Amino acid sequence: MDIKDIIKPENLVYQKTPLMTDKPLSYCPGCGHGTAHRIVMEVIEEMGIQSETIGVAPVGCSVLAYDFMNVDMVGASHGRAPAVATGIKRCWPEKFVYTYQGDGDLAAIGTAETIHAANRGENITIIFINNGIYGMTGGQMAPTTLEGMKTSTSPYGRELKSMGNPLKMTELLAQLPGTCYVTRQSVHSPRNVRRAKKAVRAAFESQKENKGLSLVEIVSNCNSGWKMEPVASNEWMVEHMFPFYPLGDIKVDGKLVNNQ
Amino acid sequence: MKELRLMKGNEAVAEGAIRAGADGYFGYPITPQSEVMEYLMAQQPEKRTGMVVLQAESEVAAINMVYGGASTGKKVMTSSSSPGMSLMQEGVSYLAGAELPCLLLNVARGGPGLGTIQPAQADYFQSVKGGGHGDYNLIVLAPSSVQEMFDFAFLGFELAFKYRNPVLILSDGLIGQMMEKVELCEQMPRTTYFDRSWTLTGKPDGQERNIVTSLDLDASRQEIHNQHLQEKYRKCKETEVRYELIDTDDAEYLFVAYGSSARICQKAIQLGRGEGIKIGLLRPITLWPFPAKPLVELAPKMKGILSVEQSAGQMVEDVRLSVGCGVHIEHYGRMGGMIPTPEQVLENLKKLLITK
Repeated sequence: MDIKDIIKPENLVYQKTPLMTDKPLSYCPGCGHGTAHRIVMEVIEEMGIQSETIGVAPVGCSVLAYDFMNVDMVGASHGRAPAVATGIKRCWPEKFVYTYQGDGDLAAIGTAETIHAANRGENITIIFINNGIYGMTGGQMAPTTLEGMKTSTSPYGRELKSMGNPLKMTELLAQLPGTCYVTRQSVHSPRNVRRAKKAVRAAFESQKENKGLSLVEIVSNCNSGWKMEPVASNEWMVEHMFPFYPLGDIKVDGKLVNNQ
Repeated sequence: MKELRLMKGNEAVAEGAIRAGADGYFGYPITPQSEVMEYLMAQQPEKRTGMVVLQAESEVAAINMVYGGASTGKKVMTSSSSPGMSLMQEGVSYLAGAELPCLLLNVARGGPGLGTIQPAQADYFQSVKGGGHGDYNLIVLAPSSVQEMFDFAFLGFELAFKYRNPVLILSDGLIGQMMEKVELCEQMPRTTYFDRSWTLTGKPDGQERNIVTSLDLDASRQEIHNQHLQEKYRKCKETEVRYELIDTDDAEYLFVAYGSSARICQKAIQLGRGEGIKIGLLRPITLWPFPAKPLVELAPKMKGILSVEQSAGQMVEDVRLSVGCGVHIEHYGRMGGMIPTPEQVLENLKKLLITK
């Protein structure tokens, strides 16, 4: 049998979504960003809302997200994506608006914009990638860096007394009445990718129903910043990140789950 | 029939924005411009025209909401006063870099720092020389009456969309707070046309997506973008200079003053002419582009030029750059929220240009 006999529509089990452009991803091999991009775009494709969606790219590793995501997009300044998304959504309430932000962007410089967009119940979706580090600028300490974790600006490990505590922004946002759906996921295994994609779908469906702000945190690895092999970084993430940032739904349909 | 109303400057610009068909206002309270948002909230423009008004959590958020709204091709605006404008400067640079049209209003107060809440014109450099980072210019309009606060909402949006550039109305606490008669014009409809060559409306099937950004990591492409911006600014300089000449035909001395200072100078001209001193006024209406050409034409006819500003002397630099050497140019101003009287202005013209 020739390979041409195999490449037939009926044998197709998986296809790259046309909502991802053909541009090679700028992310380090092994990084979770690419998978996170893909599931967001697959959800938009499956919901058939490409022509009604406007995305907001942040500053950080995913500053060029608009090169890879085939929807109308705007690049925000550092931390301001929820404010930019607010401006878009208020002008076009009938469109789907999402932001894609890292931990430095969302939980440090953009804390005010994030909390107030959530508190107003802006009907937008936030995809929040938490890898505990500033990847693009070369691995500095992030608001979500774990205690003892070594980064280029905490070379002896994060020391809580002088450097502050890792910030659980997602739990904090879940407390606000303006948020509808808040969940924490990961994309390090096929099972988790499927769960994360379901969560992204639920977040966009919640936006469709005008329920308020929906947020999907994706705990991810940064093998380059953590100075590990990709597989080792995922194992480290499971061992160290997940106990502090446990996966699962935190708020569903406006109600906190598991007495959080 | 004419629709006349007695209004504050801050109210007039807000009413102007509604009637100019604005789609959105995003702002944060600060004295002496808070009446802009107060008026808008009281008017409920969402019911009148569908215009959205939102109180943001900070000036930083407000300018970024403007950035988001502007990227969709809608007519959006914000307003603030000096310290708040400083906070917005990063966003203003992004708006200029991404070529987004929007209307900004600075009802300026005394600085530096938290300064005072009284009128000042010390934000001239920030307004016309950049303010934020990078090579960019705003189109800067300087109203000197409550009527112009109303009118410039229309002109501001018109120029913003003509050049795809932010337009700044540089007012001050005096123009913002004082009440005058305003002639209102009719309501313009909000736009329903969005130019798909750049606006974000959602990628239509079979068409390319649009990307709004001020980022290009390729320096050679960024330079080409900057050259394009400079070409746009050059065209704007050629066509958009606006100014007013008062009593310049027989004048031997010239005031150059904008905004509230221009009003004070008009009274000083009357006082001076009463004493036989022939004074005229060049009032820049656009601070950028600066009316250099009419100033150059007038200058040789003058025994002296006095730049009157409520600052330590900022616009006077542009007066000197335009005119060059050969004409006696001085600056007179008060600072920190103090307003010069017409008598003080005239006295200083005599002191600096005549008896000196």
